[in-house]
This record gives sequence, structure tokens and C-alpha cells, in this order.
Amino acid sequence: MLPGIPTYAYVGLSAVLFAMGVIGVLTRRNAITIFMSIELMLNSANLVFVAYARQYASMNGQVFVFFVMVVAAAEVAIGLALIVAIFRSKRSIDVDALRQLQG
Amino acid sequence: MTLEWILFFALAAIAVLSALGMLRSRNAVHAAMYLVANFAVVALFYLLLNAPFIAMVQVTVYAGAIMVLFVFVIMLLGAERLSDESQALPLQGYLAWTAGGIVALTLVLVVYQSITTGQAPLPTTAVPADFGSPAAIGQLMYGQATPENPLSYVLPFEVTSLLLLVGMIGAVVLTRDALTRGREKR
Repeated sequence: MLPGIPTYAYVGLSAVLFAMGVIGVLTRRNAITIFMSIELMLNSANLVFVAYARQYASMNGQVFVFFVMVVAAAEVAIGLALIVAIFRSKRSIDVDALRQLQG
Repeated sequence: MTLEWILFFALAAIAVLSALGMLRSRNAVHAAMYLVANFAVVALFYLLLNAPFIAMVQVTVYAGAIMVLFVFVIMLLGAERLSDESQALPLQGYLAWTAGGIVALTLVLVVYQSITTGQAPLPTTAVPADFGSPAAIGQLMYGQATPENPLSYVLPFEVTSLLLLVGMIGAVVLTRDALTRGREKR
């Protein structure tokens, strides 16, 4: 523990990382990079959980980080399988290539 | 400025710069490496916040397993240099950057406001020496619910195993389906 660092410093860092993840999802068109940006956002949420677990001296926040990590692992497995399936039919993982529903 | 703030800002700068590098790099493998660096720095923050178990899980599961899966898929598809410049709408890139900038500005403003009005931070208290250790987290997750700790995580833990099973089966079915469809075409 760094005694001189208040919790809001970690919350501010997490806000910056989350905003960068949002910008990544919005600006990039490569499906794999979009997935990495989502991982960045989940990670910044985890950082706030751990920071407030330390703040309130309660480990429940750390247990929630554990569950968030499990959900992230399942999401990555399914998402990357979807990307592989899309790549085999389209030969591209550009999200703008998926427009069959456009009238 | 104390030594602690210097250490915090050095680590935070590495985290933010590696996230920026991930956003900017055109090569997907470089982006994955930047993200590994980011996860490693966040694991260091977990250690500084008295969460050694979570820090180790971060390194093994996130920086290890998940990122290996990413790099494996990038290599499998040969997707490291796919073009990233398509535009479905006119000015799409500028619109996306504007919307992302608005989100970033709002988040930073809200955090800044809650700091200056003094709503967010409480003074940090001391914690026991085994705070966040694997044994303590295991006691909390699998132990009996007690009056001072009314939550028991046994049922959520079991549901988690079901989620992972469904994820595994889903990944197998999705990729197998694509394989058999490719064979029918030939």
C-alpha cells in the first residue's frame, strides 16, 4: 500500500483508461482491436473495485473482480470463436463488412 | 511531491501510454503486446492496493491466457495487417472521435467534480496483514455466511463454472460449424 495515495487517484486513472477503451471501440473497425478495447474497459472497472475494496477494508470487492475476470474469459472465448467464424465466411474481420441486414 | 506520488504517476503514465499505443497501432500483434504491458502495470497497482491474489490472477489469466488466445487468433487468421480504414458513413472517423471525446470529457469532469466537492474519498484505514491473500479470499468465498459477513459466494461460484462450460461448448460449436460449412463448399 502506498499510504500517501488517496483512492480518488485510482478512480481518476480508471476513468482515463475506460474512456480510452470507449474511444477504441468507437474509432477502430478491426474486430480484434475492438475486443481488446473492451478488455481495457473491463480492466479499468476491476481497478475501481480493488481500489474501493482497499478503501473500505472489505474483500467483497476483490471477489467481484474474480467474477468479472471469469465473465471476461468466457466472453473472449465466444467472441474470438465468432471472429474466426466470420473470417472464414467473409475473409475479413472489418466490422463494416457485416451489412447483410442493410436493406 | 513525495516519492509515493512519483511512483504512482510513473506507473499511471506507463498504463496510459500503453493504452494509447494499443489504440494507435495498425498492427494487431503490436496492439496485443501494448495491452499485455497495460495489464502488467494494472497488476502492479493491485499489489499496491493489498490485493496479491487478484494481482496473480491478473497476470496468469489476463496477461497470460486471454492474451495468448488473442495472439493465437491473430496468427491463425493472418489478421495482423488487415486494413482498418473503411468508412461506412461520410466523416465516420471524425464522428467517432467526437463521440469518444465527449465520453472521455464527461468521465473526467464527473471524477474531478466528485473529488473537489469531497464526496468520493474517505480516509484510508489500516487493514490486516493477510488482506487479499488467497487464504483470506478463499475463506470469504467458500466460508459460511456469518453476521459480520452476510454474503456467501458458493452459489455464484457454482454458476460461474456453468458459465465457463457454456462458453467452452459455444466456442467449439461455433468454430466446428464454420469448418463443416467450408468442407461442403468444396
